[in-house]
Amino acid sequence: MRPFQYERARTLGDAARLVAGADAMAIAGGSNLLDLMKLQVETPGELVDINRAGFAEIEDADDGGLRIGALATNTATAVHPRVRSDYPVLARAILAGATQQLRNKATTGGNLCQRTRCFYFMNIDQPCNKREPGSGCGAIDGVAKLHAVLGTSDECIATYPGDMAVALSALDATVQIASVDGAERSVPVRDFHCLPGDTPWRENVLEDGEVITAVTLPAPVAGVQLYRKVRERSSYAFALVSIAAIVEMRDGVIARADLSFGGLAHKPWHDLRISDLLEGAAPSAQLYDAAADLLLEDARGYGENDFKIPLARRTLHAVLAQAVEDAA
Amino acid sequence: MGETISVNGTQRSLPDDPRITLLDFLRRDLGLTGSKKGCDHGQCGACTVIVNGIRINSCLTLAAMHEGDSVTTIEGLGTPEDPSPLQRAFVDQDGFQCGYCTPGQICSATAMLEELANDWPSDASNDLEGKIEISGEEIRERMSGNLCRCGAYANIVAAIRDAATETSA
Repeated sequence: MRPFQYERARTLGDAARLVAGADAMAIAGGSNLLDLMKLQVETPGELVDINRAGFAEIEDADDGGLRIGALATNTATAVHPRVRSDYPVLARAILAGATQQLRNKATTGGNLCQRTRCFYFMNIDQPCNKREPGSGCGAIDGVAKLHAVLGTSDECIATYPGDMAVALSALDATVQIASVDGAERSVPVRDFHCLPGDTPWRENVLEDGEVITAVTLPAPVAGVQLYRKVRERSSYAFALVSIAAIVEMRDGVIARADLSFGGLAHKPWHDLRISDLLEGAAPSAQLYDAAADLLLEDARGYGENDFKIPLARRTLHAVLAQAVEDAA
Repeated sequence: MGETISVNGTQRSLPDDPRITLLDFLRRDLGLTGSKKGCDHGQCGACTVIVNGIRINSCLTLAAMHEGDSVTTIEGLGTPEDPSPLQRAFVDQDGFQCGYCTPGQICSATAMLEELANDWPSDASNDLEGKIEISGEEIRERMSGNLCRCGAYANIVAAIRDAATETSA
């Protein structure tokens, strides 16, 4: 690791002030950042330890929802009684990711901000527009099995690798953000991550001097919640395709269908048109096919990841069929 | 004595260089070489230790981040004369070949039995709530962060199952 100054933030104010430094980065669980620092993909001059800044609580919100502190670990969230009973898709998504050791350190805020696992991004000897703007994209025409098929650009085809945020997107959760000047703002998880476009280094909407303080979940909704993750081995692997689904049936008709997709894009993918298509319709294989048509209408494979397009279609079929069966 | 950390019940001074990982601190500064450096990237689990009752990869955390914390390594779990139930079960079931991953396996499994006792669900659990039934599938999923390149998995699972049965009996 390159040398850095280590600072410990004791309050949220401390954290925001310290991370506003030009060469500063916040560290919480560290499981992603320290990995990248060892590879010299990240070389902060100042590392701000925010673990003791005091926003790890998980608490009921006034509107019947749940407020998950940014420093709550993935484990604390997944085993929280209300997450297990009211937001099972979130518990399932977290438990499908990484290992117990990593989930014990990984935090809500850090997990939202985790970087792609693109091989070219993680190897400083390779070109990567995300890590070194203008150097090119090694994954296009390269090793691209894990890469995106939706929302890509000529600059970058990396995926957002996480599971938790896919469930948060389906749940329509909100990211709470505080800044160094004391201002606070809220961003829906669905708008938090960016597509690569011609600024692939920008992965989310956080600005310098901003700190995620919490993620808030709306009051629980009726229906079945599922998380289906397709991966190359049955544990401790990133998603090739994943789907978080919340489906409610009423009188033989789909009354609610909130779906978000992992492994397909630079962000958890959410397409409101799919909900509009499904809601009010009677379930059928033709309907699921039409939903997959919408999801994949602009999909583009890059050789090694071409398989993700039919895999996403089949996974969507399987998830909808299971959700409808479970909800009936 | 500046900032301290408790390691196997003894107070130790934290290192000055913030770059030192908890793993390097344990091995290099304290001479506790039971915890192993396999991949140094959180992928193999050979460095697993227990911090404040929770298992973590000691290679992916800085010693400086653990002021006031309480760390247990394989050296703190038992001795050849007085092994912990899991240490004894690994010997009884021949749960290793070269032994390199074993300290991490045993630290990991020690914390895992606590998680099971608290009925924390895993990806392999049919239900998120209620009592967790200990099964081979549960053990394998919960131990997926600890690789054994010799492939002693069958006996590792058997050892953990023995210790789990003994602990819950």
